Amino acid sequence: MTTFLSQVERLPAPEIDYGAVAPLLIVLGAACISVLFEAFLPKAQRWASQVVLTLLTLAAAGVGLAVYASAESTLEQGKLTLSGTIAVDRPVIFLWATLLLLGLGAVLLIADRSVEPGGAFVADASILPGTKAGVKMQTRELATRREMQTEVFPLTLFALGGMMVFVASNDLLTMFIALEVLSLPLYLMCGLARRRRLLSQEAAVKYFLLGAFASAFFLYGVALLYGFAGSVKLSDIASATTATDRSDTLLYAGFGLLIVGLLFKASVGPFHAWTPDVYQGSPTPVTAFMAACTKVAAFGGILRVLYGAFERSSWEWSGVLWGVAIASMVIGAVLGLTQTDVKRMIAYSSVAHAGFLLIGAISLNDQGLSGTMFYLLAYGFTTIAAFGVVTLVRNSDGEATHLSQWAGLAKRSPVVAAVFTFLLLALAGLPLTSGFVGKFVVFAAAVEAQMVPLVVIALVASAVAAFFYLRVIVLMYFSEPAVDGPTVSVPGAFTTVAITLGAAITLVLGVYPSFALEWAGAGVFIF
Amino acid sequence: MSWTLIALLLLPLVGSLVVAFLRGNDRLAKTVALAFSLVELALAVLAWTAFDPGGDRLQLTSSADWIPAFGVHLSFGVDGIALVMIALIAFLVPVVIGGSWADKLPEGRSAGGFFALLLAMQTGMVGVFAATDVFVFYVFFEAVLVPMYFLIGRFGGPNRQYAAMKFFLYSLLGGLIMLASVIGLYVVSADKLGSGTFDWATLVTVTRDLPLSTQIWLFLGFFIAFAIKAPLVPLHTWLPDAGAEAPVGAGVLLVGILDKIGTFGFLRYCLPLFPAASKELAPLVLILAVVGILYGSLLAVGQSDMKRFVAYTSIAHFGFIALGIFAFSSQAGTGAVLYMVNHGISTGMLFLVVGMVMARGGSRLIEDYGGMAKLTPVLGGLFFVAGLSSLALPGTNSFVSEFLVLIGSYPNEPVYTILAAVGMVLAALYVLWLYQRVFQGPVRGTALIDAVGGPGAAVDPERASVPDLNKRELAVLAPLVALILVLGFYPKPVLDVITPSVGATLSEVGVADPVAQEGK
Repeated sequence: MTTFLSQVERLPAPEIDYGAVAPLLIVLGAACISVLFEAFLPKAQRWASQVVLTLLTLAAAGVGLAVYASAESTLEQGKLTLSGTIAVDRPVIFLWATLLLLGLGAVLLIADRSVEPGGAFVADASILPGTKAGVKMQTRELATRREMQTEVFPLTLFALGGMMVFVASNDLLTMFIALEVLSLPLYLMCGLARRRRLLSQEAAVKYFLLGAFASAFFLYGVALLYGFAGSVKLSDIASATTATDRSDTLLYAGFGLLIVGLLFKASVGPFHAWTPDVYQGSPTPVTAFMAACTKVAAFGGILRVLYGAFERSSWEWSGVLWGVAIASMVIGAVLGLTQTDVKRMIAYSSVAHAGFLLIGAISLNDQGLSGTMFYLLAYGFTTIAAFGVVTLVRNSDGEATHLSQWAGLAKRSPVVAAVFTFLLLALAGLPLTSGFVGKFVVFAAAVEAQMVPLVVIALVASAVAAFFYLRVIVLMYFSEPAVDGPTVSVPGAFTTVAITLGAAITLVLGVYPSFALEWAGAGVFIF
Repeated sequence: MSWTLIALLLLPLVGSLVVAFLRGNDRLAKTVALAFSLVELALAVLAWTAFDPGGDRLQLTSSADWIPAFGVHLSFGVDGIALVMIALIAFLVPVVIGGSWADKLPEGRSAGGFFALLLAMQTGMVGVFAATDVFVFYVFFEAVLVPMYFLIGRFGGPNRQYAAMKFFLYSLLGGLIMLASVIGLYVVSADKLGSGTFDWATLVTVTRDLPLSTQIWLFLGFFIAFAIKAPLVPLHTWLPDAGAEAPVGAGVLLVGILDKIGTFGFLRYCLPLFPAASKELAPLVLILAVVGILYGSLLAVGQSDMKRFVAYTSIAHFGFIALGIFAFSSQAGTGAVLYMVNHGISTGMLFLVVGMVMARGGSRLIEDYGGMAKLTPVLGGLFFVAGLSSLALPGTNSFVSEFLVLIGSYPNEPVYTILAAVGMVLAALYVLWLYQRVFQGPVRGTALIDAVGGPGAAVDPERASVPDLNKRELAVLAPLVALILVLGFYPKPVLDVITPSVGATLSEVGVADPVAQEGK
């Protein structure tokens, strides 16, 4: 017993740089407070208090991040803290800022209660469709009750906190915990749609089951890599890959399993199977949150793992990831052509974009790092604004997501159609939009890394993908409106702000990208 | 730092926004659009006078940082070739606005929207020719697609959706392939200079020393994009569809200016940046050019739709231009650039008169017309003038350029030149036969018979409901006719501007100029 205690005393408490992790603590702490709100506030006050708390949290975290980022000591590279399990370096600062900004956009969409009376979330998620109570409640009452499950706010904050840890974690075990913290709330949030409850719950179950598999893959990979390197720290794995006395089998198998888990979260084809269904079934604000923030977190993690642990063994895996990137671009571009639902179409577009992002990630040079991060920022805002527009086009059954219903939209609602056209052109990568600059920086990095064939395939895939974006523009502008077509809701303040923010940043990053490129290229990872 | 080009760029954009806001009042919107385009024309004249043909290669230059991280500068400037193209744009846009003044638009579309898009496109077109930074060029190259896409898709003929989509996808694919080469240029320059650049003049000094294989890859990226734009066979299939479905005004700018981006690109980018590759691949381009001349001419003969007819004649003409560029002689090169201007004028006029015929008969099909000259003698006469200019009759503008191309190409490429000359004969065939079918003989064809009042009815000009040209239409066509004749007899002012730039381009390629050798 005494020996045990003496051991405990000798175990040093980890040093915590509170300044560096302040944004994390703020977000996760506020998430806990938010849970308490759910427990103790009367139902009528919850929505307002949750919205205020969430927005304040994001602002406070942003301020904390800005203070840390501008501090003298961090200007150069950044810090390791918490026994080296969390690294807050320049790329992490950029990714955190991106996550907070995109989180803000998504929270605004989530908080809106004017487009769909009562909000996009179900009033009572526990009532199952198909059961007696459900059948009674399903169609009318449940869809029209003017309240919503405000649990979505703490869930969002927890997911966001998990994402922030994920991109900053410096060892694989921390990364795994973060992966679960970000995933579990998302599984729940998928099932909260006010309308089309069955589809929503199906999406949640599908995402949960496949996500659980992916987590298992990830964890198994971590275990094998521990066997290989004797450590879960990224830097230890990196130095182990240069040694000759280790088992290559463990390295390959561990890396393969690990990267499958990461690619799954990033919805890179061929690990994308969940994406269209989940994007379609989830409440659209949650889809926006997933499409933008999860993508940032997952690619942040991929970048960190590739640069930190496997840069020196790149010749062993780059061929495989070439194949994955090609598959993702081709799957996204080709299957996107056949979609008739606008949310599924954007889902396949996100698969194609994931392929482009992966090209940047596997370039393994400084331009690749900064280019991929810029792309994430640009793509995230475009996507959030695009899903914001999707929430506006509705008929009596809720959102009208079938493409045929969008015919002639420009006639009834020229502004919405014009904004959506601009966003689609950004997704297609036309110049003067952020999408073009993003593609450009990523492809330039890839050419620099001698990956010309991959870039050519990516450009052809972009041209193919452009077809389905254009098809929507054709529908909106050149077709006659459908007779019983949807109406376009007048967006409330929250949605308006979210869409304006997304579209404005898409334009600004397209016309004047210098400052963002500079931030993204301000420094490299430390491990 | 010269502001002329910047003003030329921004003015139509401002005009476009103003006109877009005036959409509610069609008449006012049209007038404002015309006013903006005329001020732009005055600016272009100013630029022309400020340009010194004997001076620097690039003049009226201006530059500002845009994306320092990638060495991108917002820099503009013109050589003689770009200057004449910008002048052509500034000339054609008011003509097109006048020509489209009374167009019947599809239901629910406002004229204001149409003219706003036209002016937006003008900014894009000027930008393409004025950019001296490859990145900026690429941005304008793609940006100009968007207004054209909407012009075709919103205001075009019955099959407009298909045509707009086809146009956009072809151009976008070409542009994306070019993007690969643009990135390649950046990486190459970063290797050589330490930091990458997109500045055209700097790149020229970097890329000409590249090994041939690298040059060929980069050349092909640019070439495919330009060959789609200029349309060279076999990448031409979008043009007949786009040209036929586009509203007449947009069609004039499509074949008159947009397609010239391709041939301009050959001269500005393919030749100086990749001289070795240009020489290596010239036979390939020449074959495509000659095939284009013959194939385009033959298909033009066989067309039953007047707008498609104009599109196919253009494909033949672009063959001549490509031949002149890749024959690598100063005469042929100068001829090719002059051809670019003349083709804009004569084909633009042909498109406009076809539009006037259609406005009267309501049909694009040749067989719906016949003997129209009896009803509309002035329109018939002007149609004939446009046709003669298109077939390069001596005395018209096109003769000078076509003659220069052929005579300049012959010393270097006799076989291709002889084959191309066959195209001149075919041109006479397709133009005259079209004129004969539409305007000569007794009044016939469903479109006209209905208008006149039954078969066999004596034609009474008083009673006929097919009016001849009105004052507006005459005013639109008059400047075109004047230019056709002036440039036919006295092309010197234009040639003076073009020649030094073409000479500089060819000296960068480094092929011995047969004409210059004779001079020695």
